[in-house]
Amino acid sequence: MLEINNLNVHFGVIHALKGISLTVNDGEIVTLIGANGAGKTTTLRTISGLKKPTSGDIILNGENITGMSAQQRVNKGISHAPEGRRVFPAMTVLENLEMGAYLRKDKPEIARDLKMVYDLFPVLSDRQKQPAGTLSGGEQQMLAIGRALMSRPKILLLDEPSMGLAPLLVQEIFNIIRGVNKAGTTVLLVEQNAMMALQIAHRAYVMETGSIVLHGTGEELLQSDQVKKAYLGG
Amino acid sequence: MRGILNKQLTQRIIFMLLAYAIVQLLVSTNIINAYLQATLVTICINIILAVSLNLITGFTGQFSLGHAGFMSIGAYTCALITMRVPTIAGFLAGVLMGAVMAALVGFLVGLPTLRLRGDYLAIATLGMSEIIRIVFINLDSITNGAAGLNDIPRFVNWPWLYVFVAGTILLIRNLLKSSHGRACIAIREDEIAAEAMGINTTKYKVLAFIIGAFCAGIAGALYSSYFYYIKPDLFGFLKSVDILVIVVLGGLGSISGSVLAAVLLAVVSTYFQSFPEIRMILYALILVIIMIFRPQGLLGSKEISISMFNRMGKLFAFGKGEK
Ligand SMILES: Nc1ncnc2c1ncn2[C@@H]1O[C@H](COP(=O)(O)OP(=O)(O)O)[C@@H](O)[C@H]1O
Ligand SMILES: [Mg+2]
Repeated sequence: MLEINNLNVHFGVIHALKGISLTVNDGEIVTLIGANGAGKTTTLRTISGLKKPTSGDIILNGENITGMSAQQRVNKGISHAPEGRRVFPAMTVLENLEMGAYLRKDKPEIARDLKMVYDLFPVLSDRQKQPAGTLSGGEQQMLAIGRALMSRPKILLLDEPSMGLAPLLVQEIFNIIRGVNKAGTTVLLVEQNAMMALQIAHRAYVMETGSIVLHGTGEELLQSDQVKKAYLGG
Repeated sequence: MRGILNKQLTQRIIFMLLAYAIVQLLVSTNIINAYLQATLVTICINIILAVSLNLITGFTGQFSLGHAGFMSIGAYTCALITMRVPTIAGFLAGVLMGAVMAALVGFLVGLPTLRLRGDYLAIATLGMSEIIRIVFINLDSITNGAAGLNDIPRFVNWPWLYVFVAGTILLIRNLLKSSHGRACIAIREDEIAAEAMGINTTKYKVLAFIIGAFCAGIAGALYSSYFYYIKPDLFGFLKSVDILVIVVLGGLGSISGSVLAAVLLAVVSTYFQSFPEIRMILYALILVIIMIFRPQGLLGSKEISISMFNRMGKLFAFGKGEK
């Protein structure tokens, strides 16, 4: 599905991604874990076209999309729920979801996906007319995921969906991510909550200061001493 | 459904014709005399300026302090054309060319300033309008420099004002009701999220500047044609601030708010002419008081609409039925 080869990204003199490579296969949940500042967000932003790489390639289903705009990439099936939720605060829940389908013209299909999102997150259905800025943190996160699903993506990029949420809600969000994946969407999940992420991921990559230092199946990394020490608190 | 839509459209047309007819009546019966006519013209020009700046700043979220610069381009272009071709055709060509020239500059300004946000964008647009002003001062042979242009033929009357005000409001309102409008608002709300949704943020920011400048150009053209005298200093920093005050007072993101604020401020300012010593103090005081009690502006981001009156009417009728 998605393949990244030798990607380098700079912010001025800061070398944020130092030649990383990773693969996400069709139907997988792949997680990217690592400490603050490791380069996880930058990786997702480069995949979705919000940040231009200095060198390297991004391949989606065999097609090189490195030079494409963010808009073209949404059309190709990449959808990005950015870090910090970033809902449109003054727009209603419904309007936010409609923005997720901004590039689509197929009205009946959009209506179907809207129903699908409401089935997935009944609380959003109850708050359709409410400004998104007045939702709780957990509800905003659900809205951000729902909005990202409205473009009917092939691959969903999620940046720290558990950030700032109560443990019970975190569990619920992760269950939903698993559900979305089961329904056929490939997921690339960035998390600091390594324990939870490794539990639902088929495969995982560990990042440290701009490089990928470890990868394996979720199970393997949960057992790994290196990961246990650094990210699982012992 | 069709019935309701048609009913709303009919009501809207009736409302618009009524607004035109009432003012026309007041003008022909000389209740709006020559003195009040200047206030009427100021209101109309300020509505065009405020609504178009609202598109840039209120709806698309791009803080601009250069609106007077766009206005001056329209004013000078139209003046120079009508002074050479003093006919209605010349006037209309002047307005159109003024708007197009302003839009062109809006495009040129929009491009390089796109990377800037907030205060930085405000300073860049301010700098741009200062450059325009200085160019007009130095193009002596064409613009008569700092002394300005005099004896510009007057073609502006209420029918023309009405056409341009209604045209501007309809243009911007329809734009905002379309998916383009949604894109603009999304950029204001969260530019990164908007980009992630696949919105071409660059295109819409430039578009907002182009359309906003186009309308400001019209306003400038009307100004030069009515007040028959223009000079570069009329279009300085303070003029841009005046326009921004109307937008903020009415509510960022509310077209009807801009209209309401333009009317209110012009009426207040005309009324205070009788107390010249404390006029500016009172004016400022009113602004401060409104901003303390309505920090989101008079209307916030809400709109006054005809369907609102319908609902109020129904409620009222219902209340009477109860008794
Ligand atoms: N807009 C930016 N400008 C400059 N440096 C940035 C910017 N965004 C991220 N960085 C730097 O890039 C590195 C990776 O950041 P990021 O991708 O946000 O990490 P993570 O998401 O893993 O916490 C950090 O050193 C950070 O300071
Ligand atoms: Mg991050």
